[in-house]
Amino acid sequence: MNTIIILTILAIVVLLLGISSKKQWLVPAIFIGLLLALVGNFLPQLLPASKTVHMLSVDSISKPFTSLMLVLTFLIFLIADHYFVVKKKTVEDVYAIILFSLIGAVILTMFTNMVMFFIGLEIMSVSLYILAGSKKTSSRSNEAAMKYFLMGTFSTGVLLLGITLIYGATGSFDLAQIGTLISSGNVMPSYLKAGILLLTIGVLFKIGAVPFHFWVPDVYHGAPTLITTYMATVVKIAGVVAFYRLYSQSFMGAKDMWTTLMAVMAVATIFVGNLSALHQDRVKRMLAYSSIAHTGYLMLALVAFDHKSVSYLFYYMVAYSVATIGVFSTLMLVRENIKEGTYSMFEGLAKRNSFLSFGMAVSLISLTGLPPLAGFMAKYLVFVQAINEGYLWLTIAAIIGTAISVVYYFRIIVAMYMKTPSDVKITLTTRSRVLLSLFILLTIALGVYPDMILNLCWCGM
Amino acid sequence: MLTLVVIFLPLLFSAILFGLRKSQIAWRIALMGALAELVVTLIAFVGFDTQNVFNYTSDLNWISRLGVNFSFAMDGISLLMVGLTATLVPIIILADSKHNPVRPGSFYGLIMFMQSALMGVFTATDGLLFYIFWEAALLPIFFIVSMWGGENRVKITLKFFIYTIFGSLFMLVALVYLYSLTPAPQSFSFQSLYALDLSLSQQLFVGLSFFLAFAVKIPIFPFHTWQPNTYVVAPMAGSMLLSGIMLKMGVYGMLRLMVPLLPEAMSQYGIYGIVLAVIGLIYASIIAINQQEVKRLIAYSSLAHVGLIAAAVLTATAGSISGAVVQMIAHGVNVVGMFMIANIFLLRTQTTQISNLGGIAAIAPRFAIFFMVVMLGSVALPLTSGFPGEFMMLAGLFAYNPYIAAVAGVSVVLGAVYMFRLYQRSMYAELKVEKFEDLDTTESVAAIIIVALILVFGLYPGFITSLAEPAINALLAYKA
Repeated sequence: MNTIIILTILAIVVLLLGISSKKQWLVPAIFIGLLLALVGNFLPQLLPASKTVHMLSVDSISKPFTSLMLVLTFLIFLIADHYFVVKKKTVEDVYAIILFSLIGAVILTMFTNMVMFFIGLEIMSVSLYILAGSKKTSSRSNEAAMKYFLMGTFSTGVLLLGITLIYGATGSFDLAQIGTLISSGNVMPSYLKAGILLLTIGVLFKIGAVPFHFWVPDVYHGAPTLITTYMATVVKIAGVVAFYRLYSQSFMGAKDMWTTLMAVMAVATIFVGNLSALHQDRVKRMLAYSSIAHTGYLMLALVAFDHKSVSYLFYYMVAYSVATIGVFSTLMLVRENIKEGTYSMFEGLAKRNSFLSFGMAVSLISLTGLPPLAGFMAKYLVFVQAINEGYLWLTIAAIIGTAISVVYYFRIIVAMYMKTPSDVKITLTTRSRVLLSLFILLTIALGVYPDMILNLCWCGM
Repeated sequence: MLTLVVIFLPLLFSAILFGLRKSQIAWRIALMGALAELVVTLIAFVGFDTQNVFNYTSDLNWISRLGVNFSFAMDGISLLMVGLTATLVPIIILADSKHNPVRPGSFYGLIMFMQSALMGVFTATDGLLFYIFWEAALLPIFFIVSMWGGENRVKITLKFFIYTIFGSLFMLVALVYLYSLTPAPQSFSFQSLYALDLSLSQQLFVGLSFFLAFAVKIPIFPFHTWQPNTYVVAPMAGSMLLSGIMLKMGVYGMLRLMVPLLPEAMSQYGIYGIVLAVIGLIYASIIAINQQEVKRLIAYSSLAHVGLIAAAVLTATAGSISGAVVQMIAHGVNVVGMFMIANIFLLRTQTTQISNLGGIAAIAPRFAIFFMVVMLGSVALPLTSGFPGEFMMLAGLFAYNPYIAAVAGVSVVLGAVYMFRLYQRSMYAELKVEKFEDLDTTESVAAIIIVALILVFGLYPGFITSLAEPAINALLAYKA
């Protein structure tokens, strides 16, 4: 609750600062605001749950994920500052909308009620439609926004219908209540089945799972890279947490209605993501498909979940987000000098700036999932979970997907280290250096010592 | 403690080398590091207590909630493999003295990193740790070959990389599957995996997954297609690391994971693996006879040798396994010698085509003697290191199945054919090269060490078997 309040105030302040001429305060204000929101996340809540009619709960699931999203947004703004200075734009509107969508994302970690779920999802999505089109002069950005908007609203409709049907079956919007009703068997099965199916389709669309993934490459590619970074990290986290909350609290009693479906979708997502990524010429599109593949691995953990899997999900999200931010920030730095977006822009990067290429290599290898980096441990935890729950075949599919992914991730590494460079040297600002070192250190440290995350307080689990 | 030093000392040197500003001294620092590691290993040999199977145990908590421990120990086989690695790396660095790679700090840093990972593989007693070091050993060799290799290196190394990753990911699945079967609190330690009681179908699944991983690494026919090209494009040190040490990881993995865990599956289905290995052995030997290029010939001969080793291990009998251990050491030393010879050809004459060489024995007598000894070791002449291992393995195979042994035995003859042919055409015949400098001091040192090792192990293989046998018996006894 505190977080939502602080973020709302912050977003409005940012807008006001934009109107006034004190733009130099913009970024410091955001940093302070985000820090306050982070602190507020752990302080006693100003509004008790009863004030929100028990629609939101700040609990052991929401706290870590909210913190992660706040920290990631912080990091993205650290990059953003530089990004937008280079691109010379009015920025306060973009900044404010990012913050608004963050509010939606935060709600998605906290909801205990279908209505709040829907509201959070929409706050986040509507802001994202605008953000995807925030490069107003680029036709590709506009196209991305339009596509995302049309498909997004359509999926929202499906999702809403699903919620309605579930309400029809159970007579409640409250997640816990729906859960107990389903477990007791005191529901209308046909409505429930249709409702869960439609809801699942809606959610799968939002997290970009196959076969509802077609918007992902276009939007990731068309949107400004910074927004893509935000979508690939914060938004994905929000989607996955929302998924986890919904299914673990409400639909555990109806497991047989959706687990098989979800398992099949997970395998499809892994294969479509990885195989399509193979054929991309443009790095951003490749990363979009790789992000789809990672959604597939995450779905593995969602299919096979028990009380432990939330910490694995969290670890996965941390490892994946750190590597993703590393990759995208490198991409942005390289793009400053080179306009084309194909693999060739990485050629000879090792000689143009060895530190940058090292950071990129570490991030990519972590995304591939090779030990001893964080990405390995993340995948490994998910696999352990899946095998423990008896999904051996799912794990084997995921393993084959991982092996395929080596090809496209290593194409960049090969380009960086084994091709002759163009003569443009890249110089890094101190801030980029520090950030990159942070990403590298985190990726290695998390991989070598995963208990750092796994032993965080998961009270009440 | 000592095990941790063995693993992390090279890592420390690797870090120093990566951070090095003055690149001229990289080679010297690498050599120093490798020698320091050798000294530590020698201490381990001296202090090894044969009364216990496992020595130098260290066990630290790592990922407590998953039952993964940072645990290492050495039994006789581990110690021998550690010894092999620690001996070969300084030889490799010595033999590399003329290389002058670009960015030597990174090059030697990667070699030391590789050594560290190899040491981890050979001493880990925890399944996950084993896997992590296993993969960690792959990254440095990938970069060594793809950055300092020859023509067409990128494509070839990528193929190699994807092959091995694919195989080893299946090992991960099998390990996690075994882990999921262990009783609570679940654990990855080899001991708790060994204690599992697996049904035949479970053994078959696990065994196939392991076999895939190890068969790619060793490599066993038909998973070998990455190997000849990779050996040929790799820089000398890379070929040596790959063939001398890295493929032993595969055999070691079979010994450590398949033999004790899957006795029924091994006795029922092991024959298929053995047949594949023997097919590969004959196939590679025949191809080697027709090779026109030295490095490629070595690659195929190496493929033949490891085929026999794999077959011997898959019989899961004490005699042939200890033969396999002896041969792993012998082959490691031999193949490093062979690649050094190929590299000397390349340095002196800028070619490794056999048809361009000839008559060299007359003008480079020291080199000729060195080559002769390595070659004889490679064809398994009695009194050289190649003989005892090969003999024990064939004897073991004969007891297992005489027909297979008879076919495998042919390879010894074929081996003599291609090695003698190589020696005869490059060293005797008419002189085709204008000049050929004999071995210089550094090279001589490396050569003398290799020759000495070949002769010592040929005369006294009991040193190896006496260390290995208690460990082998222990591995076989888990399920007996």
